[in-house]
Amino acid sequence: MPILEGVGVTKYFGGLAAVSNVDFQVDQGEIVGLIGPNGAGKTTLFGLISSAHVLKSGAIKFKGENITGLKPHQICRKGLVRTFQSVKVFPNMSVINNVELGVHFGTSERVTQAQAAEEAAKLLEFVGLSEMALLPTRDLTLANQKLIEVARALATKPEVLLLDEIMAGLNSTETAQTMELVTKIRAQGITIFMIEHVMKAIMSICDRIMVLHHGEKIAEGTPKEIANSKTVIEVYLGE
Amino acid sequence: MNKLTLKSKNFLELLLRVIVLLVVIIGMAYVLPNYASVYELLLLSAIFMYIVLTSSWVMFSGPTGYISLAPAAFFGVGIYVAASQGMNMPLLVVVLVGGLASAGLALLVGALTLRLKGIYFAIFTFGLVEMIKHLLLWYEIKFTGTRGRFVVLVDHTTVYQIMLAILVLTLLTAYLIRRSRFGMALQSIGEQEEAAQHIGINVTLLKVSVFAISAFFMGAAGTIMATRWTYVDPYIAFDLNRSFTPVLMAIFGGMGQPWGPVLGAAIFAYLEELFITEFPYYYMLIFGIILTISVLYLPNGLAGLIQKWRTRATGGKDAHS
Repeated sequence: MPILEGVGVTKYFGGLAAVSNVDFQVDQGEIVGLIGPNGAGKTTLFGLISSAHVLKSGAIKFKGENITGLKPHQICRKGLVRTFQSVKVFPNMSVINNVELGVHFGTSERVTQAQAAEEAAKLLEFVGLSEMALLPTRDLTLANQKLIEVARALATKPEVLLLDEIMAGLNSTETAQTMELVTKIRAQGITIFMIEHVMKAIMSICDRIMVLHHGEKIAEGTPKEIANSKTVIEVYLGE
Repeated sequence: MNKLTLKSKNFLELLLRVIVLLVVIIGMAYVLPNYASVYELLLLSAIFMYIVLTSSWVMFSGPTGYISLAPAAFFGVGIYVAASQGMNMPLLVVVLVGGLASAGLALLVGALTLRLKGIYFAIFTFGLVEMIKHLLLWYEIKFTGTRGRFVVLVDHTTVYQIMLAILVLTLLTAYLIRRSRFGMALQSIGEQEEAAQHIGINVTLLKVSVFAISAFFMGAAGTIMATRWTYVDPYIAFDLNRSFTPVLMAIFGGMGQPWGPVLGAAIFAYLEELFITEFPYYYMLIFGIILTISVLYLPNGLAGLIQKWRTRATGGKDAHS
């Protein structure tokens, strides 16, 4: 049984089908990539999974349970968490407070403030931001703010992590570090579903890749299959 | 061992602070009325009322950034509870009912409208005051046949003591919320609401609850203050000035520090009294000037200014305390 599954997922914005009749499965422990040209509906699909948007039709199941129609905070507490393409940190709070909030509210268990701080410090060390723990978040670079989002998402103790373009805008060193981080997260038993434009990264760390185009799934397979797929090449390079 | 003594020392210090605070409160409640004149008691009650309105406004609107112009509505509901139930129940029960009625209204309004963002929420809450005022006016004229009501009279000392009690409870609640995980969550809603939702914060529940808690104190304050006025009508009870004043006081005092709004409200209310009595013709003008200056030159209010002086005096060592 897949840990995350979508059946006939459809969403319209006005008359435009942003995501139309998409089926997908993500298995426990996988890293699955989601690619496609701009406007293909990738972020919308993540929005649908995390319930930022409401489905027009179809269903999304997490661990076999239908989670369609739940509120975003409920989905997070079930163990399915996302990061944002356009970075959404809490700019005027310290870095560590950002992460502590995830510890406090991301699960149903109650922790003391000291425990939350300890947990948050560990996560900051994991993503490599320990030294910046007390700085206001707005003072950090974009790359580091993206890492805060990852740490904050991990603080909610997820089973599935949705990463929306965490490598966009990073230089090659940062990209390499982030790739390593993604593998480290998977090694902790967390399943990863990620949107990415950096082909080198996605081809080397994903077990499987899905391709969206105009809201429809046009291909799916191993990185190698995708790289050689005629449909995918046509979509990216034109006919 | 070292850690243990440090802990017990902190505990002793805390205990000492609590005891001092309790002595001050009890002194203000029972000793001060014996020495203060009636005028001074009334002035203090009015100042307390403004601190309650401002602190409870800041409790919700400060961190979340949802600018509520509903204080006058919640305050007015309290007034009308006093006017309609003041004769039927013991005073403390009336005050409690006044607070609960306002909290109930806040729950209803909050559940309906807290999805509105920014200026739309502000305008809605503004409209709420006017709507209740006119609904009530219509009801009174149509069904009771009168425009206003008499309010049961309570002696000044009791008004003062109850107002003080409400003040203490408001500040205590504000403090507890602020230092709990919910305080941080409220701030996260103000900074990036969508992200707050997606890391497991039930933003709707949190917003509506705190909105209702803050309305409780406004309503309770309205209920007890109504007994000072002997006669009220919808125009007196739902006076929009009481929606704007807490906002101005909070800006004047500064919202960065928990005591900023308290200071702002206290000084503002005292100045108002002083100017009205000393310069009855110019007091609005003087007020306007003070406000303009503080908005232009004190971006973080009085609290920000004091913070700056402190930092300068200690050479920055004490910046965060």
